[in-house]
Amino acid sequence: MFYFLHGARKVRGIDCEEVTVDQTAGADEGVLTSAHVLEYPYSRSVGPVIGAFLTGLRDGRILGASGSNGSVVVPPTEYDPETAEATGELVEVGPAGTVTSWAWIADPAPGQPLDHPFAWVLVRLDGATTSVLHVLDAPSPSEVRTGMRVRADFLPATERVGRIQDIRAFVPADDGGPG
Amino acid sequence: MPTPPSARGGRRPVAVVSFAQAQNQRREAHRNEVETLMPVFADVLGKVGITKDDVDFICSGSTDYLVGGPFSFVSALDAIGVWPPRRESHVEMDAAWALYEAWVVLQEDGVDAALVYGFGKSSLGDLSRIVALQLDPYVMAPLWPDPVALAALQARALLDAGKASEEDFAAVAARCRRSALDNPMAQVAYDRTVDELMTEDYVVAPLRRHALPPITDGAAAIVLAAGDKAFEWAERPAWITGIDHRIETHSPGGRDLTLSPSTAMAGRLAGVQDGRVDVAELHAPFAHQELILAQALDLGEGVSVNPSGGALAANALMAGGLIRIGEAASRIMDGRADRAVAHATSGPLLQQNLVAVLEGGR
Amino acid sequence: MAEAREPVTTLDTPIRLEYLFSAGIAQSKNLRGLAEGRFVGQRCPVCSKVYVPSRGSCPVDGVPTDEEVALGNTGTVTTFCVVNVPFAGQSIEIPYIVAQVLLDGADISFMGLIQEIPADQVRMGLRVEAVWVEPDQLGPSMASVKHFRPTGEPDAEYASYKDYT
Repeated sequence: MFYFLHGARKVRGIDCEEVTVDQTAGADEGVLTSAHVLEYPYSRSVGPVIGAFLTGLRDGRILGASGSNGSVVVPPTEYDPETAEATGELVEVGPAGTVTSWAWIADPAPGQPLDHPFAWVLVRLDGATTSVLHVLDAPSPSEVRTGMRVRADFLPATERVGRIQDIRAFVPADDGGPG
Repeated sequence: MPTPPSARGGRRPVAVVSFAQAQNQRREAHRNEVETLMPVFADVLGKVGITKDDVDFICSGSTDYLVGGPFSFVSALDAIGVWPPRRESHVEMDAAWALYEAWVVLQEDGVDAALVYGFGKSSLGDLSRIVALQLDPYVMAPLWPDPVALAALQARALLDAGKASEEDFAAVAARCRRSALDNPMAQVAYDRTVDELMTEDYVVAPLRRHALPPITDGAAAIVLAAGDKAFEWAERPAWITGIDHRIETHSPGGRDLTLSPSTAMAGRLAGVQDGRVDVAELHAPFAHQELILAQALDLGEGVSVNPSGGALAANALMAGGLIRIGEAASRIMDGRADRAVAHATSGPLLQQNLVAVLEGGR
Repeated sequence: MAEAREPVTTLDTPIRLEYLFSAGIAQSKNLRGLAEGRFVGQRCPVCSKVYVPSRGSCPVDGVPTDEEVALGNTGTVTTFCVVNVPFAGQSIEIPYIVAQVLLDGADISFMGLIQEIPADQVRMGLRVEAVWVEPDQLGPSMASVKHFRPTGEPDAEYASYKDYT
């Protein structure tokens, strides 16, 4: 279970300096290290509101929750995040919307929705008053800007199972604005 | 006996009387959590000449995900020695919230002193993935967004709103890292100009490398004392004259990311504006977040912001907020400041914020 | 798959996290001892209790336990249970005995498997010794201890281990 590790591991670039962490440091004084993997195979109960949202995604529709004061919360919550009152009926929003912020990722990490460069985006879907976090499949950062129009690109119906990744990505949509 | 300055809230005056931290570093290669904490406890108790048996309550902040082992906070108690059985609690949050809990418990008669600590050894795992787990587990975490990308979305929103420039981010980083040159416990300190920093590459645009916090292995502890005990143990206690914490929705898409209304409200309720502020220690892991926080607290000119270097100098998860309180309190205790503001944050993109006002009184 | 489908009620969100666990200074000493086929404990400078394995601190006094103590191979069963439940991957025949073993000279017991004695003859106070795996199988892990077996000595007096049950 325990063993010595040899060599150094270059950490992913989330540090404020280019650092190479020497994983063998400490071994000189006899400190033992071991690779250790934790896996949590969670299967979550989704409840009535997120359940309806995920069911909608599987069926190719995006649903938001009607909140207090005319808000439409997407992804929907069981309560209004401002007033804590129960949200009302679910309404269809999108599938097009407007980018409210974005960040270009040149080097995607394992598990992220796309394995080629993409932009994280916050998208205010047409009919919604909050933004959803997802990815934008765009050719380069020069073609991404705040305020640009995008639309959800769903996986084929046969591949959708009821999860946020049923939206493969958002893609640029030159549709002239909310219709 | 002198009298403590008047406080907002709380029926008993409570003060920070001692603060200690471990050397912040990228990887603690030798010591485990217990071995890291033991010298910190010896230091924090030794500074006021007390032992573990002089504190009536112990409270800590940590997260098991960093270590990858369940109930790591229980093992950490081995570093204190909880015998005879002790009154103890833990929060799965930054230890600044453990300090808040201790402050509440200290309102009880018979509980006169508390030991508060936090620890985080981030070098053991893949921090990007671990931090992603604090997000909504249904519609956000499955996408595995990393914390730098989320911070970049917030920074972009600031730029788009015309509230800051990339040079402003660099100016925060340059000042914090320069201040950190005077902080022997800092992990990252340098003297570089804004122009130099602006030549760095983007990690995730619009964030260049300097705008990011370091990844840190660290730990810190504070001793709180109530009433006369504080005067007994410290020449100049750092009295907590106001403390409050507020939370917003977890969903970054449901907030205006350029503002921090929870910080503003906590600051108002803690009484930040009740007097002149000499020093503010703000828990801003990303450079642009310091701008948002300073604005939310309405800190004017003349306030020394993050003289320790802040979270840009060292960012031990689960201890970084407590360290802000400790750094602010240290400046009261040694007479460099009369009135200080300390801030701690938790959750994605400044979701939850705690503000404390510390005063030396006369 | 065009048929009407049920609403989504569950969501699988598998999580995999990779760590480089570090044993720290004190535990590493203990683990290195196991790799050499011996138990290494640490003594508290305040209460003189010997901990094996040690985490580097005395959990009573909260001070470093820097003094290393070489411990022998023999000890006493302080309590035990009879395992009758089969589970996947089980390599030991049921029923078998899991006991807390207090090594001679130690002040804390740890868990061990008791073999080479019928399950219904194991008792508190039973004197046992560690049986180590073959030398080429030894490693820095408790798996180096194959099991404990009776030494044949008379049982320990209850008074000798009553503070450790």
